[in-house]
Amino acid sequence: MKLPNRSRQIAEEFEKRQQEQENKQQESKQQANREYLKNQIAEEETFFTLIRRLARENKLAVVSFFVILLIILGAVLAPILAPYSFSDMDLLHRLNPPGAQHLLGTDEAGRDILTRLLYGARVSLLTGVVPTVMSMVIGAILGVISGSYGGWLDALIMRLADIMLAFPSMLLAMVIMYMLGDGLINVFLTLALVNWASVARIVRAQALQLKKTEYVEAARVIGVSRTKIMFRHLLPNCLPTLIVLFTLNVPSAILTESSLSFLGLGLQPPAASWGLMVNAGRQYLYMAPWVSLVPGAAIMVCVLAFNFLGDGLRDVLDPHLRK
Amino acid sequence: MLRNILIRLLQAVLVLLGAALLVFIMLRIIPGNPAAVLMGEHADTAVIEKMTKELGLDQPVHVQLIHYLAGALRGDFGTSYSLGKPVSQLMASAFSNTLILALMASAFAWLVGIISGIIAAVKKNSILDHLFMGVSLLGVSMPVFMAAMVLQFFFSYKLKIFPIAGTQSFAGFILPAVALGWNSAGSVARLVRSTLLEILEEDYIDTARAKGRRQMGVLILHAMRNAMLPVITMMAIQLSGMLSGAVLTETIFSINGIGRLAVQAITGRDIPLLQGTVLFSAALVILGNFLADSLYHVLDPRIRKEA
Repeated sequence: MKLPNRSRQIAEEFEKRQQEQENKQQESKQQANREYLKNQIAEEETFFTLIRRLARENKLAVVSFFVILLIILGAVLAPILAPYSFSDMDLLHRLNPPGAQHLLGTDEAGRDILTRLLYGARVSLLTGVVPTVMSMVIGAILGVISGSYGGWLDALIMRLADIMLAFPSMLLAMVIMYMLGDGLINVFLTLALVNWASVARIVRAQALQLKKTEYVEAARVIGVSRTKIMFRHLLPNCLPTLIVLFTLNVPSAILTESSLSFLGLGLQPPAASWGLMVNAGRQYLYMAPWVSLVPGAAIMVCVLAFNFLGDGLRDVLDPHLRK
Repeated sequence: MLRNILIRLLQAVLVLLGAALLVFIMLRIIPGNPAAVLMGEHADTAVIEKMTKELGLDQPVHVQLIHYLAGALRGDFGTSYSLGKPVSQLMASAFSNTLILALMASAFAWLVGIISGIIAAVKKNSILDHLFMGVSLLGVSMPVFMAAMVLQFFFSYKLKIFPIAGTQSFAGFILPAVALGWNSAGSVARLVRSTLLEILEEDYIDTARAKGRRQMGVLILHAMRNAMLPVITMMAIQLSGMLSGAVLTETIFSINGIGRLAVQAITGRDIPLLQGTVLFSAALVILGNFLADSLYHVLDPRIRKEA
């Protein structure tokens, strides 16, 4: 009975190990379950936790958020921050390169570029935000009507959207600008009219999907009116998509405005948007490249920040939108 | 499939008709008599009246509309107010320049976008990947006019490699094409990378590897073939953006193209020219979308079966 002793020991050892392994497996399974539940709960969580998740996962979006905040602050506090006056000319110091006196140099009339950049941020941000809000409102309402009514109304709205989208955006903007004439309000209107169609299309697609969900079905069965379903159930559920679209449409509006102003077809001086500044400096590109490249870089940074933030928001809020 | 394509063609024609109508309406809403604007502030009323009659502006709106649509159908967009030549003739000579520019820009975007997208996907999370994706985001966010001016400043003015403006030689097209294609190259690279990453996870890629195909063969014969579908759709969408961008690049590099013609039309308050160029661009976009849709049907057997 010598051998069994040893073998029993081995057997016991083996069993023990197996038990341990099983325990471990079970534990990790439980762990995974807990993790899964936690994620499930997180999925259901509020906007706030989503933003926290974004902050944790996407540092670039956070940095972009602060860059945008900085630009907004600069625009709002322009009168306090600006080292010089907005329109004072100094013909003795025309086209000065960036230096101690003028941090970003001076333009063709001797005006401080940093000062004009800060004031220009006001116009450029406004032309980014205001028309985008307008186009989102128009697009969301037409899109949700199109999706929930269907039939000839849907066909009408969507064909109209098709027609709008058939034009290259710059050319459409040029024609609308020509029709409306100069002025800040007309720039707003133009950009809103150019951009609503794509919003309407996306909202319509989402409304069609939402229409098939049980809760909308339930609402319809208990006799909730169509209008109420549209505004209570469909539109609020499109909100994450709309937020993402907003952050991605603002930079494209800023780009279109600056392109129009660059061609001299958008805002007119003495207004100062970044696009206008680039346009004004173009003649001096070889003598004094900073006059137009500095505001150009500002446009780029601003657009880049909005795009990063939009990308980050999309990953968190609306992964389906990713194409 | 043929029926499907025919339906699409009909839809495309209807959208084009709608676009023509929209342009007509927008340009007729403008207050003031175009003839008066054209002749200047101090023109005689008799002269203005004669001009109005000559331009056919004294006729009722619906007659003008029919005249305009019938003309457009025959490729006749009237005579340019400011340049005094038939709009169709002006556009014909401008179109070749825009076409060369757009083709070169597309070629640049495809080449750079696809190659860097493949490298980024295969070497996922490497330094190259991050570098390419960073540069591509820069490309997507860079305003076309900014890219054009920076290129012009460095390569034409500082290094004197390319002509500053004009299209006397083929070299004149290179910088504008890069400036125009830069944007699309960024989007193509990002799209190729994300599509390829998804496809490389598929079972059929494992099968191909198990068969003993080399990495390059797997990539080109199995992965890229499937990744091209979304890229084709994207290029159709990009066509519209390219025509928008062409307005800027053509202006900056003084290329006589459709976009520059449209800018000239606006500064010259030249309604027929504006009408012609804008409608022509819309027609190009509609044609591009139609071709991409049809091509998609031919290339993707799954859609073909469904239809």
